Amino acid sequence: MKYYSEDHEWVEIHGEEATIGISEYAAKQLGDITYVELPSEDDDFIVGDTLGVVESVKAASDIYSPVSGTVVMINDALEDEPNLINESPEDKGWLCKLTNIDTSELDDMMNVDAYDKYLKELS
Amino acid sequence: MSEEEMKSTPLYEQHVLAGAKMVPFAGWSMPVQYADGIIAEHNHTRRHVAIFDICHMGEFTVKGEGAAAALDHILARPVCDQKIGVCRYNFLLDPDGKVMDDLIVYRMGEDDFFIVVNAGTRYGDAEQISSNLPDGIEFTDVSDNTAKIDLQGPESADVLAEAGLDIAALPKYFYWTKTVIHSIPCLLSRTGYTGELGFELYFDAGRAVEMWQYLLTLKNVKPAGLGARDTLRLEMGYALYGHELNLATTPIEAGYADMLKLDENPDRNFIGKNALAGDAPTKKLVGIVLDGRRAAREGAIVFAMDGSSVIGKVTSGAFAPSLGMAVAMAYVNMDAGIDIGSKVILEAGRAQIPGTVCELPFNKNGSARKKL
Repeated sequence: MKYYSEDHEWVEIHGEEATIGISEYAAKQLGDITYVELPSEDDDFIVGDTLGVVESVKAASDIYSPVSGTVVMINDALEDEPNLINESPEDKGWLCKLTNIDTSELDDMMNVDAYDKYLKELS
Repeated sequence: MSEEEMKSTPLYEQHVLAGAKMVPFAGWSMPVQYADGIIAEHNHTRRHVAIFDICHMGEFTVKGEGAAAALDHILARPVCDQKIGVCRYNFLLDPDGKVMDDLIVYRMGEDDFFIVVNAGTRYGDAEQISSNLPDGIEFTDVSDNTAKIDLQGPESADVLAEAGLDIAALPKYFYWTKTVIHSIPCLLSRTGYTGELGFELYFDAGRAVEMWQYLLTLKNVKPAGLGARDTLRLEMGYALYGHELNLATTPIEAGYADMLKLDENPDRNFIGKNALAGDAPTKKLVGIVLDGRRAAREGAIVFAMDGSSVIGKVTSGAFAPSLGMAVAMAYVNMDAGIDIGSKVILEAGRAQIPGTVCELPFNKNGSARKKL
């Protein structure tokens, strides 16, 4: 299952792990991404913490952790190819994977349909 | 300023139809990028050719006997020795020697001038120039009737050839000519803000759409927005008014002492000269190459290498697409002992990024002065 936050991060749950990224809408709003600051493995985050930074030509944006957990893997490919986030925001452009997650936090997030509706209200 | 109060250029509809993202800039609604994005537009300009809607900028005419001498007094660089047919980059200073605007003066005739100014400073410039002109010299703000499109990129001369112009007759770097493109009479200068071979076209604002659409039919021509214009000029180390130049800065601090030639013309007087000649600069503009892709933005603090003392502030900074790394321009204190090769630390959000002071331009491969 995939869940979305109001800040346009997404979380996909596979067993014990949560993969995190930014939505296609967010990637499009940011434009060409030129730099990504990722967390380090073993970093612990509480929901809402700043997980990293995504920079485009024009601006830098914080990424907030949509769930609490511990980083088990980061997407190293983004270091040399930050534009993977533009090309494939919800697949190859993932940011990191967390473990030790609290699935009850997902209750506060939106599913795809609710997120689509949320985006329509924004525009 | 609300969106309703924002001015739009005659090309607004064209931008929206092309999928541009419109943003406020100096009171105007302008395209920051089109569908391809800033980096693609930047690269297309460096490799091929792009057109930019620059209709927001201001244009004045100054005419009448004594106009040259009058402008020579109003502007920081000499006007009297400027040849007819030449464009000259110049500065409008206040009496304290601070920069009210940077502009380009076109000498159209002995006492006939065309002046191109920034959008955000247009009305202040008009007041400063017209109020300092003696009676009998006619000042006109022709901005509203004048369209400006910049054609920039190494293939821009080929585009003009395809439009029927003779390449051999095109103006040299920083010269202008009068011509006709697509049956539209134009003032055409070989000038620009990208560092590439390029031209600026001035013509009747009523024909802006016609010209824009026509240029887009020519080989490899694509539109580029203000986002690419900014990264292109930043890579060349060109100053942008409101960033590197402002009412707290003299042109000497901004690095233009050689252009002003104060020592060569000791008897020449102009507004702001006494302040320039009297006050020693307290800061200087430098280029900084950052270690990596992460940018330090406008307003970021510059620290000495030991990380403790604040020595300056970033005026412009971004990832430089042609260089593959982030660059910045910054003012640093004169007494900080900063020179080419000095290491500094820049603040970027919560991060501190090391950088090295380097010579400008950052991009040394521009085609602007290419011989045609």
